[in-house]
Amino acid sequence: MVTAEQVWEAFDAIPDPEIPIISLVDLGVIRSVDVLDGHVRVEFTPTFLGCPALDVMKRALEETVSALGAKPDVHVIQDDSWSTDKITPAGREKLRAAGFAPPAPREASAPKLVQLQSDVFRCPYCGSTETKLENIFGPTPCRSLRYCESCRQPFEQFKTI
Amino acid sequence: MNELLLLGLADDELILGWRDSEWTGIAPMLEEDVAFSSIAQNEIGHARAVYELLADDADVLAFDRKPEEYRCAPLVELHLLDWGRTIARRCLYEVADEIRITALMEDDDARVAGLAAKINREEAYHRMHAEMWRERLADTPQFRSAVDELWRYALGVLPPKQREALAARLGREQVDAVERGTHDDAFAALHDEMTMVRRSAPAGAQW
Repeated sequence: MVTAEQVWEAFDAIPDPEIPIISLVDLGVIRSVDVLDGHVRVEFTPTFLGCPALDVMKRALEETVSALGAKPDVHVIQDDSWSTDKITPAGREKLRAAGFAPPAPREASAPKLVQLQSDVFRCPYCGSTETKLENIFGPTPCRSLRYCESCRQPFEQFKTI
Repeated sequence: MNELLLLGLADDELILGWRDSEWTGIAPMLEEDVAFSSIAQNEIGHARAVYELLADDADVLAFDRKPEEYRCAPLVELHLLDWGRTIARRCLYEVADEIRITALMEDDDARVAGLAAKINREEAYHRMHAEMWRERLADTPQFRSAVDELWRYALGVLPPKQREALAARLGREQVDAVERGTHDDAFAALHDEMTMVRRSAPAGAQW
C-alpha cells in the first residue's frame, strides 16, 4: 500500500512543464496528499489561472499516482491559497541559479507599479539591484522582463502573487 | 451564488480576451505584443475558472451556446480597429472590473470569494499595464475622445448599484449605460470564428 510520503517523493520528481528545473513540490502547488484505501486525494492549486500548463500538471499528478498503483483523485482548488511565497527555499535557489529572479515576498495589498519600477529587484546573474522594468509581462503570465544595468543582461523576474 | 452575474463576468473575460488576442503579432511594439497577448491569455483563464464554478465543463459554456445566450457587456465585444480605442477600453474595463471583483471577494459563497481574491491578485498586473498606457496617452485627443465614446459602454459592465463608484473613480457623470443583453453584428462573426474548431470536430473528440 502506497504511503503519503511515497506520493510526495514521486511528486517531487515531476518537473514544472514550463520551468523544468523545479518540481511541482518546489513550486508549492500541491496543497495536500491524503491516502485512504488505495485512493490518493490530492489538492492542487493553480499558479496563474491563465497558465496553459494547468492541465499538463494535473495529468502528471494523476499519472504519477496511477504509476504507484493507487487511484488518483486530483482536486483543483481555485482560491487564493497559493502564493509565490509557497515556492520552497530550494525552489527559489534553483530558479535563481537558472537565471530567473525569484519573487519578492507577498504583501497584504497587491503590488503597485511604482514598486515594480523601483530598483529593489536583484539581478540573478551578478546580484546588482541596478535593474529596470522592461515589461510587466513576459513569456508566461507569471514572469516580468527586467534588464540589469550593471551586467547588461536581460532576465526574467517572477511576479509576486 | 448569483449565477447570472458570474456568467456575465466570465463572458466579459472570455470575449475581451478574444478581442485583445486579435492584436497578437500586430501590436505597435514587440514588448506590447508580449504584454497584451499575456493579458488576453490570463483573461481567458479567468473565464475558464468562473465557468467551472457554474458547470462541470467550461468548454460547454464557452463554446456551445448560441450567440444570443452570451451575457457579455457590449463594451468587450466592440470590434475596435485602432490601438488608442483598444487601450481606452482596457483602461475603462480594468476600473469597472476592479469594483466588481473586490465586491465579489466579500461574497457569502466561499468558492466565489476565494476565486475572486485570486483573480484580484492577478488583475493587479493588468491594472498596472493600463495605468502605464493611461499615463502615456492621457493628453492625446484620440485617447480622450475614445474614453468619451466608450464611457456609456463601460457603465454597462457593472450592475446599476455599482455604477456610481465607477463614475466617482473616473471623475465622470453617469449617463445612460449600454446594457447587457444585446449584441452587435460583429459579435456573430466573432462567435462563428471562436467556435469554428469546436464545431468542426465530432462530439466527444479528445485533443
